[in-house]
Amino acid sequence: MLFRNKNKQDRLAAALGNALPTSPADIAGRSPWTDARVRFLRNKAAVFSLGLLALITLCCIAGPWLLPHAFDAADWDAMSLPPTFKNAHFFGTDESGRDLLVRSLVGGRVSLLVGFLATLSAVTLGIVWGATAGFIGGKVDAFMMRVVDMMYAVPYLLIAILMVTILGRAFYLVVITITVFSWMDMARVVRGQTLSLRSREFIEAARALGVPTRRIIFQHIVPNLLGIVVIYTTVTVPAVILVESVLSFLGLGIQEPMTSWGVLIHDGASVMEVSSWMLLFPAGLLSLTLYCFNYIGDGLRDALDPKER
Amino acid sequence: MWSYAFRRVLATLPTLLAVVTVCYLLLHGTPGGPFDEERKVSAAVLANLQAKYHLDLPLWQQYLYYLNSLLHGDLGASFRYADWSVNELVAKALPVSAAIGGGAIVISLFVGVFLGTMAALRQNSAIDYLVMLLGNAGHVFPSFVIGPVLILVFAVWLKVAPAGGWDDFSPRFMVLPMLLLIFINVATIGRVMRGSLIEVLHSNFIRTARAKGLPTRTIILRHALKPALLPVVSVMGPLAISSITSAIVTESVFSLPGIGKLIVNGAANRDYTLVLGLVVLVTVIAVTLNLLVDLAYALLDPKIRY
Repeated sequence: MLFRNKNKQDRLAAALGNALPTSPADIAGRSPWTDARVRFLRNKAAVFSLGLLALITLCCIAGPWLLPHAFDAADWDAMSLPPTFKNAHFFGTDESGRDLLVRSLVGGRVSLLVGFLATLSAVTLGIVWGATAGFIGGKVDAFMMRVVDMMYAVPYLLIAILMVTILGRAFYLVVITITVFSWMDMARVVRGQTLSLRSREFIEAARALGVPTRRIIFQHIVPNLLGIVVIYTTVTVPAVILVESVLSFLGLGIQEPMTSWGVLIHDGASVMEVSSWMLLFPAGLLSLTLYCFNYIGDGLRDALDPKER
Repeated sequence: MWSYAFRRVLATLPTLLAVVTVCYLLLHGTPGGPFDEERKVSAAVLANLQAKYHLDLPLWQQYLYYLNSLLHGDLGASFRYADWSVNELVAKALPVSAAIGGGAIVISLFVGVFLGTMAALRQNSAIDYLVMLLGNAGHVFPSFVIGPVLILVFAVWLKVAPAGGWDDFSPRFMVLPMLLLIFINVATIGRVMRGSLIEVLHSNFIRTARAKGLPTRTIILRHALKPALLPVVSVMGPLAISSITSAIVTESVFSLPGIGKLIVNGAANRDYTLVLGLVVLVTVIAVTLNLLVDLAYALLDPKIRY
């Protein structure tokens, strides 16, 4: 019993939503992950963004199958139509009569797919690079980090342009090109974390207690890395989508007849004097997606890394 | 100071060499030579052409030739614009980019610092919300979305400025592109300035100055502004690099005949030598800007020892 005054304890318990344990048996261990989930769910903007992002993703995946138009089917009777409910052209059509809603959703598929694939490879490369540098240390570490510094000093879009000029513009090449310029943040963060974890007291304590190395790695080091990896992954996805969009916008990324948000924004920008919806819908979808990722990233940072605030 | 500057300059050389080397090897790793695709030329002409561009030599010699000409400021010839060297193309395009980009950076530095200062002094006022909103919008809306929207609003709907194009540095054509760049830069500078000034205003020496009875004006201008500007200086480096990215987009959106447009056209035409030359040039510019920012930072921050 915490308080001598039973009444006071009851009121406190009510205020805390009966969270106060009454006997030692009630004290269930809460993992850091449960804590993080509770903190994340309390952040309304982040939860809303997560829901909205899920909705956008779901629409992009399922939408093109459910809508009556094909993304590359030209309809010569319905060219440059403003948004209308007639014939289900909810976003209007482009100058060849292709339905803009279906095109935006298919473009979203491509943009999101490039985003996730490039992020996956960039994150993997970054973790391996950073962890290796951090664990080995010394000259190897210095050299590997020097490479990262160099990559930062280079205006990435230029080299990306050079790479797509030379290698070509196939889908997987665009993914590779983006990967090459998106892994450095992750490498830096993972290296720093690995270095500081190696010499932390609780690792030392675990060693002293005779915990096997395997268990130290999986129970103590990996969870501590995981939080920061998750945070930086959510930051990398929108950055990567942005690079793909810029490349496509410049006509150097995804090629016709395939489309992406960058391609659609480019097409929309060239005809916006007469059909502004062609610019505004894809631009809105892209911006909304980027906004969602930003808020989710913020929410995760607050949830997983409470020390940061 | 001088030895620090010297060491810092030396440290950038490997970066430059690495970029040049990687780009050069990338270029030569591609199958096919520059004279393969077009109409067939006779063996003798081909041999002459290859000898002229040193293509008959082993790769490492070609590379040394290339480095040598780079050191002499020669970026090579364009393979698509037959009569032009890359240098001549750059000489026409660089002033355009420099006028737009340089002008925008200078203006946005003043506007950003001013707005950030006002926002920090009057927290939660209208101007504070404006700066926060700007910072958020500049963070989320990419330049290639803001640019076309600017054209849509100011050129198509309001008809106050041309939608794009270039007429020999006529200000009418420079307004919208500069507005776009200023918007993007002010978003960052304003946010950083606001944050750092708020932090400085909470520090002990400002409280001492207040306790001494100095007027607010003097406190801000004499004591708070200089340390608060340090973070702004340190974001100028990354900002300079991202300005180059946004310059490419801006010139593409407003069809300006600058370096960015040249690069995009070169890439679209697969003009390898032009793109390589421009990448080398812009990387040198970017690395130099970064260097200058670092040196300025070292000069301004009394805590830094060399």
